Amino acid sequence: MLLVPESTPGHGKLAENVMHFARILRGAGLRVGPDRVIDCMKAIELAGTARRDDFYWTMSAIFLSREEQRPIFDQAFQIFWRDPKLLEKMMQALLPATYGKTGREEQEQSQRLTDALFNKKRDEPEQQPEQKIDLDAKLTFSSREVLQRMDFDTMTAAELAEAKKMLAQLRLPLPEVRTRRQAPDARGARVDLRATLRASLRGGSAMIPLVRTAPKTLHPPLVVLCDISGSMNPYARMFLHFLHAITNDRDRVSVFVFGTRLTNVTRQLKHRDVDVAMTRVADAIKDWSGGTRIGTCLHDFNFKWGRRVLGQNACLLLVTDGLDREAGEGLAEEMERLRMACRYIIWMNPLLRYDKFEAKPAGVRAMLPYVDRFLPVHNLKSLIDLGRMMGEPARRTTLSRAKRTH
Amino acid sequence: MAAKLPTTIDETLKLLTSADYVADRSLATSVFLALAMKRPLFLEGEAGVGKTEIAKVMAASLGRELIRLQCYEGLDIAQAAYEWNYSRQMIEIRLAEAAGEKSKDKLAADIFSERFLIKRPLARALEGAPGKAPVLLIDELDRTDEPFEAYLLEVLSDFQITIPETGTLKAAEPPIVVITSNRTREIHDAVKRRCLYHWVDYPDAARELDILRRKAPKAAENLSREIVTFVQRLRTVDLFKLPGVAETIDWANALVALDKIALDPQTVNDTLGVLLKYQDDIERIAGQEAERLTAEAKAAAAA
Repeated sequence: MLLVPESTPGHGKLAENVMHFARILRGAGLRVGPDRVIDCMKAIELAGTARRDDFYWTMSAIFLSREEQRPIFDQAFQIFWRDPKLLEKMMQALLPATYGKTGREEQEQSQRLTDALFNKKRDEPEQQPEQKIDLDAKLTFSSREVLQRMDFDTMTAAELAEAKKMLAQLRLPLPEVRTRRQAPDARGARVDLRATLRASLRGGSAMIPLVRTAPKTLHPPLVVLCDISGSMNPYARMFLHFLHAITNDRDRVSVFVFGTRLTNVTRQLKHRDVDVAMTRVADAIKDWSGGTRIGTCLHDFNFKWGRRVLGQNACLLLVTDGLDREAGEGLAEEMERLRMACRYIIWMNPLLRYDKFEAKPAGVRAMLPYVDRFLPVHNLKSLIDLGRMMGEPARRTTLSRAKRTH
Repeated sequence: MAAKLPTTIDETLKLLTSADYVADRSLATSVFLALAMKRPLFLEGEAGVGKTEIAKVMAASLGRELIRLQCYEGLDIAQAAYEWNYSRQMIEIRLAEAAGEKSKDKLAADIFSERFLIKRPLARALEGAPGKAPVLLIDELDRTDEPFEAYLLEVLSDFQITIPETGTLKAAEPPIVVITSNRTREIHDAVKRRCLYHWVDYPDAARELDILRRKAPKAAENLSREIVTFVQRLRTVDLFKLPGVAETIDWANALVALDKIALDPQTVNDTLGVLLKYQDDIERIAGQEAERLTAEAKAAAAA
């Protein structure tokens, strides 16, 4: 079977190969529907297959929808249009681990299915039997209360599992911001002439009722930067569950995690199923429980992502204990830049649970002047409090005043 | 005079070059496919790499009208597509009443006719006669919000606008659509799916020099070489905002205005604000770094 496209365009074979190529791209995580395959055939017919680079750019124009996909597309193109068979083999060997669905994931799914069917609690690996506290299947109000107060790092696995369930129901009501878009409102200041005219034609009286509009309000985009270094370990996992809940609750949430480097996990967290999402996040993160380089990671964020995700009045949620391996070097500059790019910064710090916590570490001192709100996040209650506090309109402290007080 | 559409990639490349736009083959392929398949062209890239210019050049070289829609937050149908002329409609109602017109339906049909429709860019773009369809430039789509993107879907896939009061406005010939985005926000996949995607990158040294020869012809050949080498090196430095082609051209023109025929560290320091637009970037480059880059650029340009 000759599959090289440069040979005489035997149309049937080419179409078949394009289809296979599209399927491989789809398997690698690109959103390539059947419509694009048809488009691609049309485009190839128009552009011709005489030159390999034309062929490449034609397919690139059709199949890509963001520049980040190019490396994957490049690899697939290089291998496939030399020998499609080879690629299929490589895909089976390589890709499942990085992209697309994994075998392991299905196994976990089925494990969870068994749990659901037989109502059996799954044993977490870190669980210690002697510490196990039996919980009623139905939580009473008081046990819920106890859980809320308990620190994440002193919880047993069973308690953690319950806490995760509660987290999944938690929502984050951010204060809404006014947009320039108008919506009907009986007490609005502006008159919608178009609607008024239509209404006047409908009614029979000589009076023309005015239809009014007012500016619509909308949740601002939320950007979360979450520390996953060693010192944050007991909290970060819980927090990821919380982030999963809010990512799926509304639009325009971007989540980044950082330790020694910055990882964007927004797409991974978008999966509806929390366990699948967690598996994908775990796969994406290469620096779990390592050191912290807050300054470097914020620098990366400012340079690569700041302008892309902090538009339209975004709110920034910073989750870190502020313990920096680089002792706060360059941190102040990056915080200042961050502060200027977003609407307000909320810092959640698990160390705040200790009453005697003082802003001693260099990293904490460097960051504090630029933060609008400084909150504890060591247990469920603090997360619920957080939801409440963020619902209130935040008053932004001016930079100069903040600098003077610290 | 409307020129004929190119029939091959080479012709497209020639067409763009004839209008002084130095495109690489990948861009020419995308432009050719967009014209041939009558699909919108979605251009993404950093600021100042010539995305908007492509639409202008296409309009100029094909002899088509350029209709530009600049996006901003809160852009709505009234400003983007069409609007009814309310005051004239009101007067029409009063006149009809004075003339004793009783039928509501007839009145409604009268005042919601095309006479009272004010057409904005999107609606005007659908008015092209066969062979003379305009170029529609939807600039900086990332500045607007999601509801407007959703509204665009109908325009981009079927080249029509549905007006509830009257019916559907459909293009006899679909306009040539160019959409640009600076990527300050991800555009929804539904929009991208209807378009041909192209990432406009910074040009390589040879292409940038070619651009400079066309866009800043007064600059001495040697100066142009030094400028291009300097800027190309500057782009490898970790800066908050890298200089685009637009900045290179501005800088060349600035140096010509200062009567310079070669780069020297002092002039570079004084004119750095033309290339770099952030204070920390300027601080970082000014002084020693500028001196080093100038020396390197001179050495490389002389070689």
